[in-house]
Amino acid sequence: MWVFAEQEEGKLADVSLELLGKARELAGDLGGEAASVLLGHSVEPLAATLFSYGADLVYLVDDETLGVYRTQPYARAICDLVRKHKPEVVLYGASVIGRDLAPRVASELLTGLTADCTDLSIGDYEDKRAEKKYERVLYQIRPAFGGNIIATIVSPDHRPQMATVREGVVRMPEAAAGRDGRLIREKVRLSPDELMVEVIERYREPREVDLKSARIIVAGGMGVGSAKGFELISELAEVLGGAVGASRAAVDAGFITKAHQVGQTGTTVRPVLYIACGISGSVQHRAGMQESANIIAINTDPCAPIFQIAHYAICGDLNVVIPMMIDSYKSRGC
Amino acid sequence: MITEARRMSYECIVLAKQVVDARNITGEAMTPEGTVNRSALPSIFNPEDLNALEMALRVRNERGGKVTVVTMGPPQATQLLREALYMGADRVILLSDAAFAVSDTLATSYALARALDKLRPFHLVFCGRQAMDGDTAQVGPQVAEKISVPQATYVEELLELGDSTVQVRKDTEDGYEVLRLPLPALLTVTATAATARPYSAKRLMKYKRASSQLELFYSMLAANPSMSRDDAGERAAEEARKLEAKGLLIPTWTPAEIDAAPDRIGRRGSPTQVMKVDWVVLKCDITRNIEPAEDAVRKLVRDLIDKHILS
Repeated sequence: MWVFAEQEEGKLADVSLELLGKARELAGDLGGEAASVLLGHSVEPLAATLFSYGADLVYLVDDETLGVYRTQPYARAICDLVRKHKPEVVLYGASVIGRDLAPRVASELLTGLTADCTDLSIGDYEDKRAEKKYERVLYQIRPAFGGNIIATIVSPDHRPQMATVREGVVRMPEAAAGRDGRLIREKVRLSPDELMVEVIERYREPREVDLKSARIIVAGGMGVGSAKGFELISELAEVLGGAVGASRAAVDAGFITKAHQVGQTGTTVRPVLYIACGISGSVQHRAGMQESANIIAINTDPCAPIFQIAHYAICGDLNVVIPMMIDSYKSRGC
Repeated sequence: MITEARRMSYECIVLAKQVVDARNITGEAMTPEGTVNRSALPSIFNPEDLNALEMALRVRNERGGKVTVVTMGPPQATQLLREALYMGADRVILLSDAAFAVSDTLATSYALARALDKLRPFHLVFCGRQAMDGDTAQVGPQVAEKISVPQATYVEELLELGDSTVQVRKDTEDGYEVLRLPLPALLTVTATAATARPYSAKRLMKYKRASSQLELFYSMLAANPSMSRDDAGERAAEEARKLEAKGLLIPTWTPAEIDAAPDRIGRRGSPTQVMKVDWVVLKCDITRNIEPAEDAVRKLVRDLIDKHILS
């Protein structure tokens, strides 16, 4: 059971650590070990972090050519490791890097790959068409068709079974400081062809919003109407001490930046309180926030699907209701 | 967008997919059980594939060359190819056969790669970042691996096109990267890239009757339910010959045309299998309705404070 340890500039991606927790759990069901594949340059210190989050062993390929992520060198390293050690399962974060890398690897290894899984488990499978039974395969569970269906995918005849998993859908395990594991050093041999792509420039914005750890999220949708309209959303968020979220439609309409997007293609969140303002509640959006402990929906359309999952439904104009909420909260001590 | 002016022209290939429009699923498309009525949704040109096509058309218009659009799908996908012609594609190809059905991303990428092998030489292959029905974003990178070319995914801008390299800006969600790739290369393009042009009225008039033999066959059968498949086949072949004479026949490639191994396509060529599918029904057990009035909202806020949800 392998997890690709995604790192940039010596910092491991959250999703890789989340996946290690899941890999440990699944390794128990499968009767194997949880391993992590760590690629990069001067990244050996990260192995200790991987051990503390649940890796029993770490395959390390430390090479100058792997310093900055590039598709072909990384794919070569993983394909060679897989051929040598023959893992049952390889998991990747469904990040920009994971979604670039995993399909390239799957294509070379001629194995199956399921994108953007929201859950994984181990179970038996019967292929009725071929009248074959399989024990302990990886169930790769993912939304499809705009999130309107949840499909369970298996690749019973091919190894490794591979999947990418979205950040935030698996809970981050507790790190056990001092937990140790085995470090296995490996090498990569790259052909000149695989080194032809150059990264000319890299720019990373500091994360302007942290939706994942927000206790309260006030999110706006198309019903907010404009970028200016989002000022009211921001005001409520500020008053309540929460973060600002948005639906994909609001992001696509240019009301607010993509960093705020909640949903299947944005960030998956589970805050204590989610206030959906002018969000109709497409399945994609709901998939990213339905596990919120408390949901308030404010919408003028009584048929808006968001009301189906709301704990508190306010059928009305957000421009009227939000100021009421702000006033009520500000005067709470009275 | 393209800064270097050279005399070289570029052969561009666009891989596109017809998808069911899964956006804005509300109202009529929802059943009372909270699931989606699929037949109420139209089939469309996958949105990000339109951005890919636009990027290819701009390269051709500014630098010369040809744009070929390839789609794999059922006979109805011919519609997507007509739309590509309306927008300005030079050549379109339908990859369609029962043997391709239920291909997963690996089998699909194999078939597309075989078609690309037949279209060599080319300089650039453009795809949308992902198809909105599956959202996997896998086929692009898998095709790139199969045709042994470098890939850049999440491309939002083509910055520079040289004789032997292409420079692109890739969206990394938390920033961007500028990559330089040797040609030929495969790019997958995001929705924020080149916005698709409208149809040209002249081209629409010219190509509205363009069709594939497979599409002709099925529309023949649909229009004449009593007609035998053999008769429909003959009539379709006859129609196809007429269209071909006018330059309006969209070629259909089958596994034989692209020399595809039978065990690499369709179900046999697909490592993944769908074990089960559940419709998503999202419902909350208890919804409390709150009036949009001062008193009710004040009470709600108090309740939330009392429950320590708000501090």
